[in-house]
Amino acid sequence: MAYKRQIDRLPIIPADAKKHNVTCHYCIVGCGYHAYTWPANKQGGTDAAANVFGVDLSKQQEAETVAWYAPSMYNIVKQNGQDVHIVIKPDRECEVNSGLGSVRGARMGESRFSTARSTQQQRLTDPMVWRYGQMQPTSWDDALDLVARVTAAVVKEQGEDGLFVSMFDHGGSAGGYENTWGTGKLYFGAMKIKNVRIHNRPAYNSEVHATRDMGVGELNNCYEDAELADTIVAVGTNPLETQTNYFLNHWIPNLRGTSVDKKKAQLPDEPHAAARIIIIDPRRTVTVNAAEMEAGKDNVLHLALNSGTDLALFNAIFTHIVEQGWTDKDFIQASTIATGTKRPDLYPARGEADGKPGHLTNFDGAVEGCKISLEEAAKITGLKAEDIAKAAEWIAKPKDGGKRRRTMIGYEKGLIWGNDNYRTNGALVNIALATGNIGRPGGGVVRLGGHQEGYVRPSDAHVGRPAAYVDKLLIEGKGGVHHVWACDHYKTTLNALEFKRNYKHRTDIVKDAMNGVPYGDRDGMVKAILGAIKAGGLFSVDVDIIPSQIGQASHVWLPAAESGEMNLTSMNGERRMRLTERYMDPPGNAKPDCLIAAGLAQHMERVLREMGDAKYADQFKGFDWQTEEDAFKDGYQKHAGGGEFVTYETLRAMGTNGFQEPATAVKDGKIVGTKRLYTDGVFSGEDGKARFMDAPWRGLQAPGKEEQKAKHAFLINNGRTNLVWQNAFLDQDSDFVMDRWPYPFIEMNLDDMASLKLKAGDLVEVFNDAGSTQAMVYPTPTARKGETFMLFAFPTGVQGNVINAGVNELVIPNYKQTWADIRKIADAPEVTRSLTFKSPEYRTS
Amino acid sequence: MSKKCEKLVDIGRRQFLRGTGIVAAGGIATTIAPAQSKAATPLARVNYPSSKLGNIKDLKADAPFDVAYPDADAPGVLLKLGKKVPGGAGPDGDVVGFSTICPHKGFPLSYSAADRSFNCPGHYSRFDPEAGGQQIWGQATQNLPQYALRIDDKGDIYAEGVDELLYGRLSNVL
Repeated sequence: MAYKRQIDRLPIIPADAKKHNVTCHYCIVGCGYHAYTWPANKQGGTDAAANVFGVDLSKQQEAETVAWYAPSMYNIVKQNGQDVHIVIKPDRECEVNSGLGSVRGARMGESRFSTARSTQQQRLTDPMVWRYGQMQPTSWDDALDLVARVTAAVVKEQGEDGLFVSMFDHGGSAGGYENTWGTGKLYFGAMKIKNVRIHNRPAYNSEVHATRDMGVGELNNCYEDAELADTIVAVGTNPLETQTNYFLNHWIPNLRGTSVDKKKAQLPDEPHAAARIIIIDPRRTVTVNAAEMEAGKDNVLHLALNSGTDLALFNAIFTHIVEQGWTDKDFIQASTIATGTKRPDLYPARGEADGKPGHLTNFDGAVEGCKISLEEAAKITGLKAEDIAKAAEWIAKPKDGGKRRRTMIGYEKGLIWGNDNYRTNGALVNIALATGNIGRPGGGVVRLGGHQEGYVRPSDAHVGRPAAYVDKLLIEGKGGVHHVWACDHYKTTLNALEFKRNYKHRTDIVKDAMNGVPYGDRDGMVKAILGAIKAGGLFSVDVDIIPSQIGQASHVWLPAAESGEMNLTSMNGERRMRLTERYMDPPGNAKPDCLIAAGLAQHMERVLREMGDAKYADQFKGFDWQTEEDAFKDGYQKHAGGGEFVTYETLRAMGTNGFQEPATAVKDGKIVGTKRLYTDGVFSGEDGKARFMDAPWRGLQAPGKEEQKAKHAFLINNGRTNLVWQNAFLDQDSDFVMDRWPYPFIEMNLDDMASLKLKAGDLVEVFNDAGSTQAMVYPTPTARKGETFMLFAFPTGVQGNVINAGVNELVIPNYKQTWADIRKIADAPEVTRSLTFKSPEYRTS
Repeated sequence: MSKKCEKLVDIGRRQFLRGTGIVAAGGIATTIAPAQSKAATPLARVNYPSSKLGNIKDLKADAPFDVAYPDADAPGVLLKLGKKVPGGAGPDGDVVGFSTICPHKGFPLSYSAADRSFNCPGHYSRFDPEAGGQQIWGQATQNLPQYALRIDDKGDIYAEGVDELLYGRLSNVL
């Protein structure tokens, strides 16, 4: 039986409720919400005067009303120590979402920590340490003293390379400018940590080095461009599920044709029609279906290519555009380098160095290097030559009257975590540069993004390029201390089973040593830990909002606050910066990450001074922040481009719409932002010119992929689903989510199911030489034979277990091209037997 | 009985009097002022009407039968699915009733007999009447509100409750 809350009424928000600006904690889109709070012993009424909407609530409200909220938006939380009602509901006035709430964001209320209603009781409320064989609560000073003593001793002995750090670099959730700065100042300012990685990948690198190297920042357009484009190209992305309200609120109007008036008003000198869309994805998704429903099948081109062959496709499109003379010659001349550069000696097999795996050159160099015929590309991609030609036409063939076609290109993990990341990214940007579709309304070549962004840190130049493959080094026994900031390698890394096996082994060595010393004997404890580290052990400190899966191995947990429990700033996929105001207390003694980092720095300074190293201790000065706003002022205001114009006060006044970064001025009390980048045709990089990439096809690039493909029967494509945010760190405590997905689904072709004697809901093992994991069979008539799709990073079946360790030259993982075998484990257990297994595709008949 | 309890009984009596509309004079109103400061004891659930929505003879397999519950402003359907399903009433356990307002944004759902699903034209959400209204895929943060049904000896179908909050109202019974 489907999960039902059995809630048939909710407290009414009174007219005098407090109202706080909120940006959704989760995905890159950053929908605007408001959090309303009021005392627990009060409520509004149905009379118009007695509620915040000024509406008679004794009547049924119409569709899309602002005067309604779902039980998932409601909770009772602590505010300054008092219980208050809270409703977190979408804001109709926010330009991003216009009042839409996604199935993730519209559950923020229910996903708050509440002692009164027992929600998210998994949240950490106190620092915890390994004591008497289990995790036990302790005070901040005690926990930080232990961490600082062990860390300082290891760093003194092994150097800073003995300290490994995994730290988030995102906005939203518990990230944001405040917290990336706090952690960044500690590890890149006070120290120069080289063995560092980001929350979702095994190294400290960009996922889009190529576009940046070409002089094109990856978030260069605005969401309105999706309403203005003639053609939208979606590469390796399923935006209806992963950027939901961006898709619903900005793509759909263009596909439906309801933004034509806006196009005519803003761009009056050219013909306009509803948009066409090209979707490049081996899998048929709900995005494809919705696009067909709205735009008509004739205006949707789904290129279901062979997995990992995007580079060949892009080069064929690029070549065809050039051959047809559809390039933007003026743009190429004005904004890209004129002179080519020599190919590296071993190219295309290898670049000049691993840190430079491509060949950046001028337009002619790219035309020469990327040249591939439609037929040859058809053979590699499995597509029809005429469909590739059609894509080129939709992207670049001038409109009636010779006006240039406006094409917006969006890409995400299908490309980023796919084959040959660097060159594939480059080949896609080539198309945008060749057609002049950057910096212009209806254009842009942009990553669509996962998390929100919120990055300001001291330079990471010391990390180097390629960056250290941190997970591999940890498996190999390197490092003595590991600080983990909101990363869960057990769920969100490649080669995850092997990582887990080694990590557990190494941290167990330390646990066993700790078990032999009375906890109160600090000197003895530190000595025992250091001895264990010498014996191959690893001391693990996990800063997180919940006990994560990797935290099972840790020796110290430090409880962090998240967005709304602190003031937190981030930006979305169009660089729109907002302040989420603190609307509730953090659970127990939890703190913002920036203040945890500051506390750790202060303890490091003290311990190092006690050890007699005053000079090193001095490097840990400058963390005397009292609040997250202090960290914001120290970080964003001093170090972000345009940061000097941005204050909490101004952001508060600018509400859920904020401004688009970078800020350029303050006018009439409002921050002036930047709607699109590169509107002047001047690109990033020293000379202001963009570069093309000579990026020929070279097969499956990452080590081990070709062998895996040859050996195993099924492609294990993977990614996210609508209902679940990231690795389900909060969703794993949501009855609504876990009722629908008790296990990660694996979409399978019906003939494949028959040959393996599988039924809907059966549990299967997915296995190859890298590892094994489990999933629940979801019959999928549209799945191609031999091609599956599994939910990524889910706690009850980690897909990363079967991703082999092979990465690209810049240590970008390749998740998408994974092959494995499948066998039945068990008949559908009780929890899956009652689920629906119908198609997710909306239908009208 | 303690004094405190007697006082509660007394307040209850006055509330009753007030409820009958007898209390009108200012003098009496003054004496009941303390009663007004005490919140009425809220019910755990709202009181649902028992409403006759149709007769089992009205239902044809897979043909949605339009109804409204708990009042005329809350559209829904009865469905006979021909097999025992969660929440199903009647001798075969195959009669179900659901709200047909999408719990995401309040758009009217349409029924697809082809795969027995409710579909929302607003944002493509889908719900399965054969699985207790579970959202197959979509934007709603709750599954589709289902009626508690009772079918009497004559085959009359009564709705007597709903298991989730209906879109557009902060109390299922207005």
